[in-house]
Amino acid sequence: MSAIDQHVKTTPVDPDEARRVRLRKLERTGSWLLPLIIMIAAIALWDRICVWNGIPQYILPRPGVVLTTMIEDAGLLFSSLLVTLRITLLSLALAVIGGVGLSVLFTQSRFIEMSLFPFAIVLQVTPIVAIFPLINIYVDDQTTKLLLCAWIVAFFPILSNTTLGLNSVDRNLIDYFKLNGASRWQTLWHLRLPAAMPYFLGGLKIAGGLALIGAVVAEFVAGTAGQSSGLASRIIEAGYRLNAPRLFAALILISLTGIIIFLLLSWISHLALHRWHESALKQEQ
Amino acid sequence: MPDRKSPFLILQSIGKTFASGVTALENVNLTVNEGDFMSLLGPSGCGKSTALRIIAGLSSPTSGVVDWRRAPLKQNDIGFVFQEPTLLPWASVYDNVWMPLRLRGVSRKDAEPQIAEVLERVHLTGFENAVPRELSGGMKMRVSIARGLVTRPRILLMDEPFAALDEITRFKLNNDLLELWQARGFTVIFVTHSVFESVFLSNRITVMAARPGRVYKEVAVDAPYPRAQSFRTSPEYAALCRNTSDVLVEAINATAEDLEAVDHVGH
Repeated sequence: MSAIDQHVKTTPVDPDEARRVRLRKLERTGSWLLPLIIMIAAIALWDRICVWNGIPQYILPRPGVVLTTMIEDAGLLFSSLLVTLRITLLSLALAVIGGVGLSVLFTQSRFIEMSLFPFAIVLQVTPIVAIFPLINIYVDDQTTKLLLCAWIVAFFPILSNTTLGLNSVDRNLIDYFKLNGASRWQTLWHLRLPAAMPYFLGGLKIAGGLALIGAVVAEFVAGTAGQSSGLASRIIEAGYRLNAPRLFAALILISLTGIIIFLLLSWISHLALHRWHESALKQEQ
Repeated sequence: MPDRKSPFLILQSIGKTFASGVTALENVNLTVNEGDFMSLLGPSGCGKSTALRIIAGLSSPTSGVVDWRRAPLKQNDIGFVFQEPTLLPWASVYDNVWMPLRLRGVSRKDAEPQIAEVLERVHLTGFENAVPRELSGGMKMRVSIARGLVTRPRILLMDEPFAALDEITRFKLNNDLLELWQARGFTVIFVTHSVFESVFLSNRITVMAARPGRVYKEVAVDAPYPRAQSFRTSPEYAALCRNTSDVLVEAINATAEDLEAVDHVGH
């Protein structure tokens, strides 16, 4: 133990301060322990309800059965997950390229932004389920169809957030770059893009979840035509066959995927911002 | 000591009227000599900052001429320090100071001697890798000054740079700035609303009146350099402050008459 630690240990602390330290420690443990307890309790309750009411497996399977199904059907389910994941990540990548590209274009000219932004909003507010039949008619390739669908859903938060970020640069810094004879490109690269980073990453976090939703929705609509092999089509298929355990297993996989995508993007965001941005600082404390 | 004789910059009847109809500056005539430490002192709304922006080329005058006697002034020749440190929050101290050189195509490695020198001058050696949020307000301002000086400008424009700092830090930075100015011999135009600060720093004070912004009177500060901390407590300093303060009050009174008439325009 270092001298400093010993010092902290032996420093007399007033009861109020001691209580605050205790509370902070408790909160830190509680933040992961409490949800875990609730989840375990919920799963146990789910199991008990099935047993107590004698609910048949094709209506509500017991959690254990879902787990066994997940392991038994692993080959099928995970290959489907891979299909969905591929669409999700590809569309997210395209959303990043499209969203950032468009927002950079917007900041180059107010007039381009004025002309195009309303259409981005139109695309955003129209429910994707309503657009999809059209895409289904006009686009032949299955992957392109799904990609387009997921992209439409995912790109808007990136576009709007990054545009906001690129435009929220400190006026003095822009003057400062002007004073130093910076070109438009230099100002973009050295000033606007880094300044927009927190906004972009915020948009990316939302877009990650939306890309998954877009991919699943697209598969659902396409899957009813029996054309898809993603997780959504597994759910539809299982629904037709009253195979509730597999339906639950697929559902849980989708959820887990969403959570992992969110955590991954949060982690990337933290890595990029933790040294300088306020939002990331609070996380550390 | 730099030669204080030759004119370096002459403002000839500069006027600035904004599109809103507000006249920020009217018929401003000003001569800055090579090596001057000139303060622009005046009440808020007297157009000090506007004048500085026009000198920097960030804003163009509605009328009049900005005459650089050794024209044309290259981009290199102006250093600017804002009221806020205005640093890149994501970049280290080193990279912040490198930025003006980087924009001129100097690589990170080639810039090293210049950056090291200027950081030593502002007493920030050892803080190269810190990011701005890890620094105190005074240290951030030092980085901002270092960044303004790293291109070795012939003139440094400062827009109330120390206004947001506590008094102890401000005094320290005042001393350091004077030291730098004497060592490097550049010209300074220093915008401030503090009589004490302007007297301590400058050899010339241009007192401005507001609405419309105009030059009211010039005060010469004849105390010799170097000015140490002891200068702050000398009777000479007190007399100079009193004198300057009187001129400033006159300038404010000259403003007050038409204050109400213009006030509804809103600033």
